[in-house]
Amino acid sequence: MTDTAHDLLFDLTLTDEQRMNRESMQRFAAAEMRKQGKDVDEGTVPARDFYPKSAELGLALLPIPEALGGAGVERSPTSNALILEDLAHGDMSLALGSVSPMGFVNTLLDQGSEAQREKYLPLFCTGDFKAATTALLEPRATFEPSAPAATARAGGKGYILSGAKSMVPLGMDADLVLVAARLDSGDNAAFIIEGTPTGMTRTEESNMGLLGAQLATLTFDSVELPADALLGDGAFNLQRFVDLSRIAVCALAVGTCQAVLDYVKPYVNERVAFGEPISNRQSVAFMVADIAIELEAMRLMTWRAAARAEQGLDFHEQAYLAKVFCAEHAMKIGTDGVQLLGGHGFCREHPVEMWYRNLRAADTLEGVASV
Amino acid sequence: MINLELAKKHEDTFAQVMMLAEHMIRPYSRKYDKEEHSYPREMEEVGKLIGGARSNPGGTREEAAEGTVVNGGNMGAVVGLFGLCWGDVGLFLGMPGSGLGNAAINAVGTAEQKQKYGGSYAAMCITEPGTGSDSANISTTAVLDGDEWVLNGEKIFVTDGERSDTLVVWATLDKSLGKAAIKSFIVEKGTPGCEVTRLEHKLGIRASDTAAISFNDCRIPKDNLLGSAEVATDAEGRKKAFGGVMQTFDNTRPPVAAMAIGVSRAALDMSRELLAAEGVELAYDRKPCNLGAIEAELCRMEAEWNAARLLVLKAAWMADNKAPNSLEASMCKAKAGRVGNDITLRCVALCQSLGYSENSLLEKFARDSKILDIFEGTQQIQQLIVARRVLEKSSSDLK
Repeated sequence: MTDTAHDLLFDLTLTDEQRMNRESMQRFAAAEMRKQGKDVDEGTVPARDFYPKSAELGLALLPIPEALGGAGVERSPTSNALILEDLAHGDMSLALGSVSPMGFVNTLLDQGSEAQREKYLPLFCTGDFKAATTALLEPRATFEPSAPAATARAGGKGYILSGAKSMVPLGMDADLVLVAARLDSGDNAAFIIEGTPTGMTRTEESNMGLLGAQLATLTFDSVELPADALLGDGAFNLQRFVDLSRIAVCALAVGTCQAVLDYVKPYVNERVAFGEPISNRQSVAFMVADIAIELEAMRLMTWRAAARAEQGLDFHEQAYLAKVFCAEHAMKIGTDGVQLLGGHGFCREHPVEMWYRNLRAADTLEGVASV
Repeated sequence: MINLELAKKHEDTFAQVMMLAEHMIRPYSRKYDKEEHSYPREMEEVGKLIGGARSNPGGTREEAAEGTVVNGGNMGAVVGLFGLCWGDVGLFLGMPGSGLGNAAINAVGTAEQKQKYGGSYAAMCITEPGTGSDSANISTTAVLDGDEWVLNGEKIFVTDGERSDTLVVWATLDKSLGKAAIKSFIVEKGTPGCEVTRLEHKLGIRASDTAAISFNDCRIPKDNLLGSAEVATDAEGRKKAFGGVMQTFDNTRPPVAAMAIGVSRAALDMSRELLAAEGVELAYDRKPCNLGAIEAELCRMEAEWNAARLLVLKAAWMADNKAPNSLEASMCKAKAGRVGNDITLRCVALCQSLGYSENSLLEKFARDSKILDIFEGTQQIQQLIVARRVLEKSSSDLK
């Protein structure tokens, strides 16, 4: 990662491939995710029923080299951010679950060893949905993503892992979990956990929102891991992992906020009060204008961080600032979405209260769905 | 391909104007804030140095080959303004040749008009004592008498009104016909009947003169009408005609937004320096919820500043690539205007008595930035435009 001189033009034009990809993602999101997301949120349909279907998007196998059975498409943080945006427009929580295996694959491609890639990546190329995920957050106030408290000390046949991880997407079902922890040396590392080894407990979480993402708390009570569970050569670039995940969370927020805007527009134009549509009033119309303005800014912040990552430029600061910006405005947009529908927005008949609950997570989520 | 970094040539432009801003503009900031209305002679040199770009704010017209994009004059203009207004927005506005009228001439002028007046210092006369944002309601009249237009009326809030050598004046051919009859005219200063009657004393941008100008039987050549003299008779035509006049704003709003980006960057840079001296620094290493209040607020301001800047670049990029950008021009003006006000004022507060003191420029940046959320359309006017576009409302439905 360098600030090497490059001479690209400022450009917001999507490539033909990105345009086509967007169309199919948007189709899938509208047909398979919007209604299902709401049903899952209400508990009428289990999220488990949805994920096998998401395998048809082929998200995880796209960047896997052809030699390992994948599509061999060069990994693109920008294209991935666009995918996340479009899927989240359907449903944020199902989008998060759907892309979690891709986050695992991307991190292996990015920081895994040759042997680990060869061992695990073909598992994602069967055409079936392979539940895999990454785990960074920990259940305590003041948690800082750059300093996980989970520890991995040398022992047994390799390492002994202790600690707890929270808000892990697909946490109940994932056969493969990448866990971030701190070594005795104080350095950060990541470990690949297969299945549920002795000492590991999975507890389904009950949260304010994101019900479809199957968030779980994983606890590790002196779990013995083989030496080759250590990701890569052991020098885990946690910052890079966190930053790539921040771009993903921002993209999820952008897609969800776009859904809010698309929903409130016809509502305020049709809802009549005092003899005319409420959107004829500036106090209502200006809220909608501000949603549109801040949403566009969120999108540009996300794209900029993603494009810098893609070009190999230093992107830490832009990913950090994009997350700060998107988290704050996503919550505001979620809140305004409810407000614009008044009492109806507060009722679950409309999806805005669910988006409000889901968007609250944009600030908290870390270490998921690395692009 | 998506890329939100500046092209090399615009990085270079920025670096160059920052040099000028630091060494040739900033040193005079306080002097001309104190000496309101005095002519900033030192800026003539700066004006000459950036003059090449100035004489044609559209920049060199680059045509995009099929399937490619350009980063041209509009992008160059906003990037230049980021730097110049980091130096001093008041001095920039008071700099010979920086008139907003130039943008209008370049946007809608004929080849002859651009040739004759494009290089002049052109101020814009729109507002009247009884009409601000409601610019469709102006009362200044233009009547054709033989080969000349005769202008009558009073204009206020004319930026550079005294120093400019040309004026672009909005006037109506027939007030009863409404918007469609509003046209703009080029008036050379010194034309009999055109007189600067007053200079305003202001909260900020004191280095820039803001004039009241009266027109009493002021006669100008028939060819000095910008655009067509025809008054549309049907609703569609009327809308289109006024739209042409309003189009000027699509070109001038991103630059004003860019000024807000420049001033607020100046305030942030200065505050971060003063705070660093007290051991408060921004490392982007911890989440805002784990930071102290000052660091968290700086983080938030940096995020807002970056976001506003990208909206400005997008609007300029669209203009360069001939994409209609009325919506984006208003979006960036709304965002940069309020972010500029917010950041500059918070910086005064964070630096406490150093911020409030005239020994530093923080209080001046705050005062200067206020106008940027007002002229070329207030915050509320931008919100109105964005709301109408997004909600697909007419101006009669959403007033």
